[in-house]
Order: sequence, then C-alpha cells, then structure tokens
Amino acid sequence: MNKPFAITLDVGSSLVNHTGSWRTSRPLYVDRLPPCNNACPAGENIQSWLFHAEEGNYRRAWEEIMVNNPLPAIMGRACYHPCETSCNRAKLDSAVNIHAVERFLGDLAIKEDWTVNVEAPPSGKKVLVVGAGPSGLSAAYHLARLGHGVTIMEAGPVAGGMMRFGIPTYRLPRAVVEAEVQRILDLGVELRLNTKVEDIAGTMKDGGFDACFIAIGAHLAKRVDIPAPDAGHILDAISFLHKMETEAEPPKLGRRVVVYGGGNTALDVARTAKRLGDEAVIVYRRTREKMPAHDFEVEEALDEGVTINWLRTITQIDEGSITVEKMELDASGYPRPTGEYETIAGDTVVLALGQNVDTSVIARIPGVTMSRDGVVEVSPNMMTGHQGIFAGGDMVPSERTITIAVGHGKKAARHIDAYLRGAAYQAPPKHELASFDKLNTWYYSDADKMVQPALDLIRRRTTFEEVMGGLDESNALFEARRCLSCGNCFECDNCFGVCPDNAVIKLGPGNRFAFNLDFCKGCGICAQECPCGAIVMIPEDI
Amino acid sequence: MLKQIEGSRAMAETIALCRPQVICAYPITPQTHIVEGLGEMVKAGALTGCEFINVESEFAALSVAIGASAAGARSYTATSSQGLLFMAEAVYNAAGLGLPIVMTLGNRAIGAPINIWNDHSDAMSMKDAGWIMLFAETNQEAADLHIQAFRLAEALSCPVMVCVDGSILTHAYERIDLPAQEQVDAYLPPFEPMQVLDPADPVSIGAMVGPEGFTEVRYLAHHKQLRALEMIPDLAVEFEERFGRAAGGLLHSYRAADAETLIVAIGSVNGTIKDVVDEMRDDGHPIGCVVLTSFRPFPLARLHAALERAGRVVVVEKSLAVGLGGVLASNVRMALRGLATPVHTAIAGLGGRPITKGSLRRLFEEAGRGTLDDITFLDLNTAVVQREIERMDALPRPGPIAENILRSAGPPMSRAV
Amino acid sequence: MTEQSYQRVKFYQTGTLTVGNRLLDEVNRTVQASMSRSNALTSGHRACQGCGEALGARYALDAAMRATDNQLVAVNATGCLEVFTTPYPETSWQLPWLHSLFGNAAAVASGVAAALRVTGRSHVRVIAQGGDGGTTDIGFGCLSGMFERNDDVLYICYDNQAYMNTGVQRSSATPPTARTATTPAVGPEPGNIFGSGKDLPRIAMAHGIPYVGTASVADLHDLEAKVTRAMGLHGARYIHILVPCPLGWGSDPADTIRVARLATESGLFPLFEAEYGEVTASTPIRRQVPVEEYLRTQQRFAHLFKGDSPDVERIAALQRAADRNIRTYHLLRSAGDER
Repeated sequence: MNKPFAITLDVGSSLVNHTGSWRTSRPLYVDRLPPCNNACPAGENIQSWLFHAEEGNYRRAWEEIMVNNPLPAIMGRACYHPCETSCNRAKLDSAVNIHAVERFLGDLAIKEDWTVNVEAPPSGKKVLVVGAGPSGLSAAYHLARLGHGVTIMEAGPVAGGMMRFGIPTYRLPRAVVEAEVQRILDLGVELRLNTKVEDIAGTMKDGGFDACFIAIGAHLAKRVDIPAPDAGHILDAISFLHKMETEAEPPKLGRRVVVYGGGNTALDVARTAKRLGDEAVIVYRRTREKMPAHDFEVEEALDEGVTINWLRTITQIDEGSITVEKMELDASGYPRPTGEYETIAGDTVVLALGQNVDTSVIARIPGVTMSRDGVVEVSPNMMTGHQGIFAGGDMVPSERTITIAVGHGKKAARHIDAYLRGAAYQAPPKHELASFDKLNTWYYSDADKMVQPALDLIRRRTTFEEVMGGLDESNALFEARRCLSCGNCFECDNCFGVCPDNAVIKLGPGNRFAFNLDFCKGCGICAQECPCGAIVMIPEDI
Repeated sequence: MLKQIEGSRAMAETIALCRPQVICAYPITPQTHIVEGLGEMVKAGALTGCEFINVESEFAALSVAIGASAAGARSYTATSSQGLLFMAEAVYNAAGLGLPIVMTLGNRAIGAPINIWNDHSDAMSMKDAGWIMLFAETNQEAADLHIQAFRLAEALSCPVMVCVDGSILTHAYERIDLPAQEQVDAYLPPFEPMQVLDPADPVSIGAMVGPEGFTEVRYLAHHKQLRALEMIPDLAVEFEERFGRAAGGLLHSYRAADAETLIVAIGSVNGTIKDVVDEMRDDGHPIGCVVLTSFRPFPLARLHAALERAGRVVVVEKSLAVGLGGVLASNVRMALRGLATPVHTAIAGLGGRPITKGSLRRLFEEAGRGTLDDITFLDLNTAVVQREIERMDALPRPGPIAENILRSAGPPMSRAV
Repeated sequence: MTEQSYQRVKFYQTGTLTVGNRLLDEVNRTVQASMSRSNALTSGHRACQGCGEALGARYALDAAMRATDNQLVAVNATGCLEVFTTPYPETSWQLPWLHSLFGNAAAVASGVAAALRVTGRSHVRVIAQGGDGGTTDIGFGCLSGMFERNDDVLYICYDNQAYMNTGVQRSSATPPTARTATTPAVGPEPGNIFGSGKDLPRIAMAHGIPYVGTASVADLHDLEAKVTRAMGLHGARYIHILVPCPLGWGSDPADTIRVARLATESGLFPLFEAEYGEVTASTPIRRQVPVEEYLRTQQRFAHLFKGDSPDVERIAALQRAADRNIRTYHLLRSAGDER
C-alpha cells in the first residue's frame, strides 16, 4: 500500500506511547485474608478448598482441608462454624453453607477411601500424645505428616474423646468418627487404648519420647451442692453420655428427666433423653439469649419436644420432684433470686453445669502451672511450664469447641516440630482482612443458600438417626460456588475486561493476571470492579 | 458514435463508459440531468457493476464518495453552486486524504442572491482546496474531460473536478462523438487504489497531524499538483492518439502567434471569444486568445510562455473576488511576474448574464486602443448602480442591495440591458 | 415484551455477571474474557484515565470483530474517540479505520458499504461510530439519510452527553440539570434546562430500521449480545451506548463503570432493543436506586445538592423521567420473571 505521509498510519503504532508515565497511583494484585479463614480455629484455608470444590475438584478440595484439619466429615457435623458467622456472603443473602460442603467432601473421602501421604522423611524423633480426643488426634496427624513417630496413649477403651462421649450419635454418627480416626492411624500413628498415663516424665523416658502433647480434655463434671434429702436420682451429664456410648443398655432415667444447665451438653442430654422415650425438661437460671448453647441447637431441641424452664435454679431435689426458685435478671444481666418457688416433676436430675480438667497427673509435673479456673497454662507456642511438654484442647484456656481443639493440635504440632529441630516456628504474617467493604458484590449472582435436608420430627424423637442429612453433589457444588472468594482472585476476568487501556495481561487459566505498567494509567477501575477485593491502588513513585 | 444529445446526457454516457462503481447524487440545477442519466442507466441495467445512491444532501454525496473511494471503488458525484458549498468540508477532506474522486461541477453562481444561472463563483470558492480543476470549452470536451479525469485522479491519487458551464454545456443539445467502451477501457484501466480499507491489511486513514507534520503534508499536496502539470499534457496527447481528437491539456492558444492583444478565459465563453477574434482578425486587429483548460494546477510557466510576447492581456472571467477584483486575472498576473505587460480584468457573465459578441468586441477594441480600465464589469447597468449608490449614501441603513435594485428597476429584470 | 433478547445464564449453571468465569464454557463468557480478543482499540491511546468511551469502543468493536470473523471496517466521526486514538504518528486502532469528518460518519460509512458490495466483498461489514455531538446534532442529517436508505451500516453512538473533546459543551444529548461549559450552573435554572434534548434511540426507531439497541459499559454481556445481534442482521442498525466521561461528568475515574451502572439501575438510562420501530426486549433493573444516588456521583450535578437545601423539585423531575422510562420499558419485573 502506498500510504500518504502522516495521513495514513500503520496498525499498532500507538504502542510506543507508554501511557504508564501518566500514573499517580498504580494497581497491585493482593491476596487478602478471607474472614472465614480468619475465623476458623483450625486455620483451614476455607476459601481455597471451596475454590477447588466449585471446580468439581473434590479430591483436591479435600486434600486442601486435610492440610490443616484431618477430620472434615466430623467438622461438617460438629463444628459450630464461626466461618459462617463471619462469612461476607451473609451480608448479601446468607452465609455460604461451608460446613455442609465440608461434610460433603469429608463423606465423599470416606466413601471413596481417599488418603493422604506422609511426604516428609522420617525425623527419627518420637512424640507422645496423651489423649485420643480431637486435639490429640489432630496433633498426632500433623506430627506424623511432618515425619515424626507418634504414639497416642488413651485412657479409655475407644478413641474420640468428646466426639464420642460428648456429642450424641444423632449429631455425629460413630461410623464417621471411626473412619476419620482410622485414617489418622493409617499414617503410622500408634494408638494404645486403655492406657492411662500416671507419670508423664517416666512414660516419656521409658518410651524414648522426645516431646509430649497432653490433651486429656475436661471430663470431670462440675459439682454443685443441692440439698437432696431423699437421695433423689442425680447424675452428671458426662457420666450419662459416657454410659450412653460405652454400655450396651442405655441408663434408666425414669419417665421424666430434668437437666440442669444451659450449655450444649445440657441440650444433648435432654435430646438424648427424648429419644430414649423420656420427657425432658431443661432448667436454666437465665434466659434463652443468655444461654451458652448455640441457638440452632435450642431450636432443634424445642422442635423435638424438649421443654425449657428459663430463669430457674434448683434449690432442692426430692424423690420424683424438684424445687426451683424463680430468678430474674438484674441490670447487668446476672440472675438473682426472687424468693418465689415452684415444684416440677422429675425422676432423674442430670447436672450439666460444666466440666473440669482432671489435673491430678498434670499438677505433678514440675514447672507446669494451673490457672485459677483449673486449666493448664501454656505459652503462645502451646508449651506448658515444663520444657518439651505441650498441652492443648479443653484442658488449656479455650472456648472448648472441637474445632479449637483441632486447631490446638495443629499449632502444637508445628511448635513441637520446631522444638524437635531446635528451631522456633514463626507463623507467617497474616494478610489484610478481606472485609465486606472491600468487595464489589454487584457481580455475584443472586443465589439462595442450599439447606441440608433434616430428618422429620417423628424420627428425630424416636431414633438416634442422624438429624441433619448431607447435601448431594449438585447442591454442594452450587453451595461452593456461592463463595465470594473474598480477597483472593478467582479469575473472573473482570480486571482484564474493564481496563480502558488494555493494560491487564491475562496469563492463562490458573495463572491469574499481571498489569502492563507500560500502559496502565492508574485509573483504578480494575480495583473498583474486582468482585473479591484482590486489587488495591497504591501511590506511584513519581 | 455521433449523437445529437443534451450535454448532460453526453457526460452521463461518457462517465458510464468509465465504469464508475459508486455514484451518489443529490439534485441541484444545473447538474441534475447528469446524475439522472446515470441513475437511469444503472436502474435499467445498462450500467452494471455500479451502485447508485440517492443521498440526502450534497455533504452526504461527497461523503459517500469519500467512503466508497477509500474502500477501493471508483467513485463519482456531481454538484453546483450552493451544493458545492454545502459539501465544502468534504471537498477539502477528499483532497487532503488523497482520494481519486471525480466530480462534475456544473458551474453556477453562488447566492445570496440566489441565482441558478452560470458563472464561475462556485469553482472559485474551492480553488485552493487541493482538487485538480479542469474547465471544458465545448460539450464534446465536457464529456471527454471525464475520461481523462478518472485516469489523472487515479494516477496521482488526487480528486479531480471537471467544471462545465451550467445551462450552457449541460442543457444545450449538440452533436457529440461518444467513444466506444473498448476505447475507454484501453485508456482507463481498472482502479488500483494506492491506499484502501482492507481487513487483510488494516491501516488508520485520517490521522490528526500537528504542527510537526502539517506543513510537510501540505507541501506534498502542492507537489502532487505540480506533478499533474506534467501529467495533464501527456494524458491529453495519449487521448488524441486513441480517440482522434484534441481534448484537455493545460491550455491552448488560438491565433496567438503574432497577437498584440491576448484574451485569456476559461470555459465555454472561449467559443464566443474565438468567434470575435476571427471577426477582428478579419478586420486586421492583431488579436488572439489563450484557452486555459487546467485552472488547478495553474500552469504558470506554460501561460507565461503563451502570453509573454503580447502587448496586453485581457482576462475575461465569470468570477469576482469581492473587494479585490478578478480571481482568474490575479492568477494570470502571477504567470506574468517579471513582465510589465498590462493585464486587464473584465468581469463578465455573472449570474448567467449573456456575454455577447458585440460586448466583447467593444471590450477588445477598447483594450486595443489602450483605454480599457484596470477592472471592467462588462455590460454593467451603470444607471441602476449609480441610483443605488446615491440612495445608500443618503440613508443610514439601506437594506439588502438586491431587493433595492429590483424595486427601483421594476419588473422584470431579465431583459438584456 | 418482558424477555431479553438473549438468555442470561442462570447461576446454578454457573451464571455470571463478571467479564469471564473460569467455571463457564468459553462460549458463555464475554468476548472480552478471551485472550484472543481483537483489541481493536489497543494500548497507547491518549484517552483520559478511566475513559468510558475507550472502554465502550473496545467492547463494541471486539464483539463485532468476533461476530464478523474480523471482516470489519470502522468509520469514525471527529471527536474524542478519533482524536485520542490517532495523533500522528500513533494509531491505536488495529482494524481498518477511516476518519470521516464531524457530521458525516454515517454517509461515509454508507459509501464504504456500497464500495464493498460493488467490489464483491459484501462479507466485509461496516461500523460507523461517533460521539453524541457527532450523532445527534451535527451528524443528524447524514444519520437520518443512512437510516432512511437502510444502508448496511451499524452506527454506534458513544454517548457521554456533551461535546467533550472541545471542552464539555452541551449537546442535544445532555441531560436536564447537567452542568456544561455552555449550560453553566448559575442563574435561576443552573445547568441544562428541562424541555430540550433528543431521544436518539426513539428517533432511530421512528425510521423503522431493522435494529435499535441501547447499551452501557456497565453491562458487558448485554452490550456484546446486542452488537453481535446487530452484526447478524443487514440494513441500517443503531446502537446507543452510555459511556461516562470522568472529566466532563466530574466523577472519579475509578467509578466509570459504577456510574454507568447507577444510570441504568435508576432508570435514567434504560437498556432496550427495538426492531422495525417496535420495542422487542428490555434489560430489567436488578437493584433499583433513586436517581439521587446516581446524581451524587458526579460534579456536573453538584449544584443540585449545594448547601443544606437540595434542589428537590428538579431532582424530583429527574426521578419522574426515570420512572417514566421504567414504565415505558417495563424495567422492573416481578420475582419469578426470567433474569
């Protein structure tokens, strides 16, 4: 072509004009901390495994959970999901049903017999874990994957801790517990049941253990003095649930059971009693709002026909009946007696007033200190006052949930690993939180939460079948896809599409994007239109 | 083939032989018959491979031609007077982009006051836009110039305006020799654009050029027209060889060899001038004339050579540079730089006023006597203008001149004066 | 007339409002999501930061390039788009492109289309494009002529609601109350007055042409679908795209898409399609907002909110105009309608 001078120009000649020189601020791809990750006591990378799950890579998603938490099928049933409480999606329609997807993945793993491997070479070190509850199992798992030899010594006849003796089967089927425990043992962890450790130091020396993690939980019931002139039938919740688990015949409770307490344990006892065919009444000294139990469990209990007497304390227990005093809340929310009394019928009283740690063995260890609440004090790296002896779970200061226990196990394992190598474990610094204000939620389609199917009430009242069903695959997939991927690029191509200067380079599937700083004018549309808040604008060096 | 045919029709049939591919048309007297003729040929299937588009204004007409030419089609349109002004922006645009569009300009006066008859004010309004401008003397030449115009335009990638006196060359019926298709095909090959819009080789046509490049672009446009000064005569020679008659070229002289007085004019008035020259020669006057065919590029050197031995030059032009004098005359004077030859301007035929042999004879004789003014308005009704000037001087705000003249002269003004 | 002309992918099919989505088949993603998009308008151009027109032009032309298998020619009127893309010696266009004049893009495009037809290249399609000034005002005559002849041209108007390239002067597309350099925010009726202006999409419809559509840079899927649909038809077609101008509107460059979204969600800029003079589809408002939310994003409306007494009456008049659009184009659909 004979192009006239200056009038006709060749394609692409503008690419010499590096408009990037115009910038006063520039975009930067960041990874921010999703609130679910931030809230998870086990430190799961929830956004990451949802990312894989929503692609249909269920195995990869499950493996991502297993990096931090060896008990996903259990978590999906028993965890109180603080992730969902903090989920940003809740501000749009409703939180992602994270626990339901986790349960789906955990159940799928069990069904498909998926395993994880020990990649690390054997360290030659041995660690003693005392207690085969969630905390001990978690620590054992992580230590095994780090290449250490682990032996768990469990005083009881089965592994599981509160997973067996605290959570009823209608919430957590035992087959699930057994499968996930066995998977941990299959990594080469030794489990010795019916082995109570009286002398930690001695056991360590005899066994050649280089470190110890104690996680014996809090299995002693708190006692309270209530006059019982006729020696009415009184049990504590722990031993009741323990008997439910270990004995062939359920304990005889009589026709009417009164459960004293307002925590989850009280609800578990009451709902168990209902299933045994008894009437169940909960007596609690404060109101529903003040109940420590999770409200959805209160709702389920009420659905199943449990009665709750609020603002009552038990003052006397007699044969066949109890006396309660009505309470009222004072200005600061504390209950105080009113002086009014009433009688309610009750064949058995089950005290669910809290649990204490059996400190007999621990207290003997030199250097170990206890707090006023009767729990073992530990440093930020989960070590007790005694060098090489670590502790976690319900026996150390915590909110006492299964997930926290699992988190302690992982954290302790990391620190033990560092200790064994003569180093210190430094947790990497956390990214900035991907709070709701950092998202551009316009881009998320409207999608209501998938709810799990629930067993109908008749069956709930009469059998111990699992109350909550799992999501099927299409629902789990749908649910995983509701995740906003807060703070983490999920390759939606928005930045690539919205740049007026064609200054975003797409690097290909899985490789995200890069900014072409030769041409980026720093307008900020990319940062504004990134749905998940994975782009920030920073001042340009001029 | 010989035909007794309206001038417009002859042009239309000749243009059709040039195988135009896109023709766009907007009606304006006096060119309309040309495009009507072409439109009919397209619709009847006589002219194939051509799209005829009825546009909504002259601005659109040339715009369509610009688009079509840039996309590689041989494009044609025609206009006059007000229409040319309405497309003025596009006229400059076509030249600036270097698009080989051929346009017939049926010369007509520009208002106000509105006037539908012939003069050269329309052509002069666009003389510096960068188009090549060729003026036809006869109906035959009006047709023939179009064949040369397409060839010239496409060789240089420059638009060409073929100027034909409205009413005179468009509406008169004369005997025209129309060429055969083979003859035209042999002279005018298919259009091979220098630049074209093509997805296979994309370019951006029409960039914004700033101070750092604009002068160079304009210089190159000027240079292109200077190249045309060489090409126009060559194409005329080739035309004569192929078609057997003379047409085009930069200029030709008539009985000028020993002329004392030389008349210069463009367009059809040269026919009348030649008749007067013949009569005056018969009476012994040493007079001749130069017919200027190419007005742009203006053949300074050739005209200088044609005029240098004359004692005086009279430029008879159908145009007026208001406030200055003659348009053509000023251009002619540039050709005579360095010589002391007096050049007289005779403004004639404005708004279609007939230029008679008698008036011309009187003009030339006065020139011969040396009593001709610098600028003469041929056949001016001095009584009317005198009256009007006096009236204007008497009143503070006189109103439109045209209205006043009409009122003072009474009906009708069309009588020859 | 309640449906949209294309089916939005539902969420449980991994629907998306984003440009792309790694979970979607490529065919359901936008053209912009593709690494092999044409970038008909590429980097290095001199548009302001955050220019809505630069974005809209690339969106529209890339979609048209895809729809025509890259057999496309563009004719561009004088204006911002032309000026910031072709300052000698740099051009940022990657397709065959011709700068017409200010008022004749439609006519020049008609000529290009005719030439392509007559030289046996009818598969090469033509787009004419210009700003609101070059379309609704100075270009109106040629546009109407192109429509009336039903020439095979898609005309795209990038509407930033004023003559931006010459310094933000009012055009017949400037909305009432907007401040421009020739409708300054002074006097008893500051900004542009009510009772003037043209609705070009409806004027286009009045010509009875095969296709008219309005679109916005805030809804890329919708915009691409409309361009693609238009390129599948022949004859005169018109698309009117709202493109915010951060400079002229006084909005944050980062807000360009957000502002365009608010224009649609308030009802002030309705998204619809028409064929042969009748409205055939509209894009529903997803989350309606009051016009005030849109107005407050731009300095050109700041005088409506000066001091402590907002210009309630004029804001209400704008709200009425928005509500009228909502009624006319059925922009609020009830739950259960296809989304």
